Amino acid sequence: MKYYNKLIFEISKKGREGFNLAKKDLPEVKLPKELARSNKANLPEVSEFDVVRHYTNVSQKNFGVETGFYPLGSCTMKYNPKINDELATLSGFANIHPLQPVETVQGLLKIYHETQRILAEISGLAAYSLNPFAGAHGELAGLMIIQAYHDKRNDSKRNKIIIPDSAHGTNPASATVCGFETVEIKSNPDGTVNLEALKAVLNDETAGLMLTNPNTAGVFEKDIAEISRLVHEAGGLLYYDGANLNAILGKARPGDMGFDITHINLHKTFSTPHGGGGPGSGPVGVCEKLLEFLPNPIVKEKDGFYYFEDSADSIGALGLFYGNASVYIRAYVYLMTFGKESMSDIGLMAVLNANYIKDSLKDIFELPIKGHCMHEFVFDGLKDQSTGVKTLDVAKRLLDYGYHAPTVYFPLIFSQSMMIEPTEVESKETLDEFINIMRVVAQEAKDNPELVKTAPHNTIVRRLDEAKAARQPIVKFTDIK
Amino acid sequence: MHKYLPHTSQDIEEMLKVTGANSLDDLFTSIPKKLRLTKPYNIPSALSDYNLTKHMHDLAKQNQELIIFRGAGAYDHYSPSIVKALISRQEFLTSYTPYQPEVAQGTLQYIFEYQSMVCELTGMEVSNASMYDGATATAEAMFMAFAQTGMNKVLVSSTVNPRIIDVVKTYARYRDIEVIVTPDRDGVTDLEFIQKHMENAMGLIVQNPNYYGIIEDYAGFSDVVHAHDGLFIMNAEGQPLSLIKTPGEYDADIAVGDLQSFGLPLSFGGAYVGYLATKMKYVRKMPGRICGITTDVDGKRAFVLTLQAREQHIRRAKANSNICSNQSLMALAVTIYLSTMGKEGTVMVANESMKGAHYLYQELLKTNKFEVVYNKPFFKEFVLKAKFDVEKFEKDLLKDGILGPLHIQDNNLLFAVTEKRSIEEIDLLVRKVVEQK
Repeated sequence: MKYYNKLIFEISKKGREGFNLAKKDLPEVKLPKELARSNKANLPEVSEFDVVRHYTNVSQKNFGVETGFYPLGSCTMKYNPKINDELATLSGFANIHPLQPVETVQGLLKIYHETQRILAEISGLAAYSLNPFAGAHGELAGLMIIQAYHDKRNDSKRNKIIIPDSAHGTNPASATVCGFETVEIKSNPDGTVNLEALKAVLNDETAGLMLTNPNTAGVFEKDIAEISRLVHEAGGLLYYDGANLNAILGKARPGDMGFDITHINLHKTFSTPHGGGGPGSGPVGVCEKLLEFLPNPIVKEKDGFYYFEDSADSIGALGLFYGNASVYIRAYVYLMTFGKESMSDIGLMAVLNANYIKDSLKDIFELPIKGHCMHEFVFDGLKDQSTGVKTLDVAKRLLDYGYHAPTVYFPLIFSQSMMIEPTEVESKETLDEFINIMRVVAQEAKDNPELVKTAPHNTIVRRLDEAKAARQPIVKFTDIK
Repeated sequence: MHKYLPHTSQDIEEMLKVTGANSLDDLFTSIPKKLRLTKPYNIPSALSDYNLTKHMHDLAKQNQELIIFRGAGAYDHYSPSIVKALISRQEFLTSYTPYQPEVAQGTLQYIFEYQSMVCELTGMEVSNASMYDGATATAEAMFMAFAQTGMNKVLVSSTVNPRIIDVVKTYARYRDIEVIVTPDRDGVTDLEFIQKHMENAMGLIVQNPNYYGIIEDYAGFSDVVHAHDGLFIMNAEGQPLSLIKTPGEYDADIAVGDLQSFGLPLSFGGAYVGYLATKMKYVRKMPGRICGITTDVDGKRAFVLTLQAREQHIRRAKANSNICSNQSLMALAVTIYLSTMGKEGTVMVANESMKGAHYLYQELLKTNKFEVVYNKPFFKEFVLKAKFDVEKFEKDLLKDGILGPLHIQDNNLLFAVTEKRSIEEIDLLVRKVVEQK
């Protein structure tokens, strides 16, 4: 990677143009002075080729899934097939206005409807809405559904959502945004739900429990049936955070475990590109008794004709239109490349890959949870703590060797968490190389701890002064002195 | 094995040996037997690449590509080829949130450039890295005002896109926030009503240009809102901001809106991108990611996520917002579009759209088939009241491959014109109007 560090504003030159527009032979329209902005926005003035070279150089400062192994736990960084991109951007999808009459968008509505149905079958629920824009947005939708359900039953005391301390940060944040109070319960040492802790907080104020299964430590909740019974007996609903669905594809379904509501991250399990942090897509699914609460509008089908419908008891609209359509079209293509024949192999190979790395490295990294893991697992730092080399240092040193780092310092239940999720797309050879480099880094930690503690050394920039950025925020070009 | 799965049977055997499991099923013993799926999913069979390609082309053909005179939040602007080409680079497309800044300087840099451009367009001091869309950005702005003031009543002008108002109401309902939709007067927000109802309100939400395409004059609004310690929130779609008075110039506290018109395809409503920008004094109440500049240990300039103590992964239940994944790639598309069109091109697109819209407006009036609804300055959208059957009109237009105006209420039609619409296309639409009885 080369250290290209110019901003687009810094290559701007007055008088340069990158556009080619037709001018209509019509009279100019002049805005009344009091309604017009006083100065033009100071956008760059660059040629088209300037833009192309600039953003090509900028892109090369990034590490993508195609660059190398990206074992970022809980993020499911799998291959994003090219055919998905090609087919999702056909002009018959890209040039369609969201407010066209339904008879002119039957193809899109069919994709929407089919994707809903496939997701419902995979998760064992009654129906889905594809409207939520991302995982956290799906969580918010799900929590609104929980609230709407209790409201409709005039069960207005239920204002508490129970969340294990091993949960993703979005879970408690979504609960707050939805107006709930979060009750955090301490997990068992393996991150699973502590039944006694759960029983102690269940009562007539319980609105629901949010759970990731397998959990963020890669462990399946073996007591899920009991958890489901307890929560439902207390009058609450059970919410499934689908971030880790990849692990159980073909093996188990959230609906069968007793979950009432789920969201699925299409950008994780169903391979839509992560895009540097979005667009995601977080379809929300529900069991039969919650159908009426799904977000509006809902795509329905009758006699082969697809149409939108609003439900009077719906939680309402969650966005201007119907979610990230270009994302769920990609997911649909992905689902159709696997189909019923191969879908379950995804979970099998994802789990095999994770266990293979874990068992190949557990002699030098601290493995806090013994036994088979699901699609990911957590190391609690290096076994040999005498060198002072921490998880962060190992992560940074991996960057030097051309790997993306695992998720670090999450889940919060271990102090040196290093969460590794290889996904199913990686070959044994890739895993072997990674295992080898992890061993090399562990050896370096012994032989030359300073080298690891000051890593990375080979990246285009090295460790950053994050405190300085927060102390004197420079958040736009004109802030630069 | 499937082509996306590289495992040979030999690989599987060798790997299982390392894990100590006898079979793949052995790895799943933690799933209780009675919860294990025993049969394949009831989903369609896999398609070969070629058959899938055919299938998707067939589905694409079942959607009609039309000559578009409809907007209402999604606009048919031209996007230069380089936008799609550059955002398809795998380094942008397949990376995730820049958790490891040393190998994510590309993402961080374009976020910084994006924030800079949003600030230029809106006249605000700080922007975040992007929101899902303009509607959810508006709802999040309401939460900022809620957090800042502690008041649980918000005023929303009825001239705001009703779809945005719906989303604001959805978000408000679960926080027990009362949404008061304030009436309009001749298509513009009624300041007098607001003066009377600002007491104990967290703020006011307006839109410019408004839902009817009217460029409103918001002079004096911020004084009224600030006199009651509220926050003035302005929703403005990106493209008009190259011409109209900015939220910053109106002393808005938070500016929000959609940026789809800057190079993103219509794509049936998504993926688009919303922006949220504010004054520096409210930055700690802001949702989402913010990128800043710092140096590395060698003193090199570098980009980094900053002020993260607001966010869900640190603050959990106490976070300002639950947003995590946003619309980063779409923000990149906007940044590339704005770089390409630049300082002059952006203004020209806005002018060409406005010229076309005003030409259509005049031509439609000449047909004597419409009544004027609002006599106000407008940008690229406007409302006219038809004196004919609007349902039949829509069907007639579709026969000629035209997506006509949006029927909004009574016989009122909301027209939109972008720079893509030629004089010939506009004249065709006018001829279709003449044929109406």
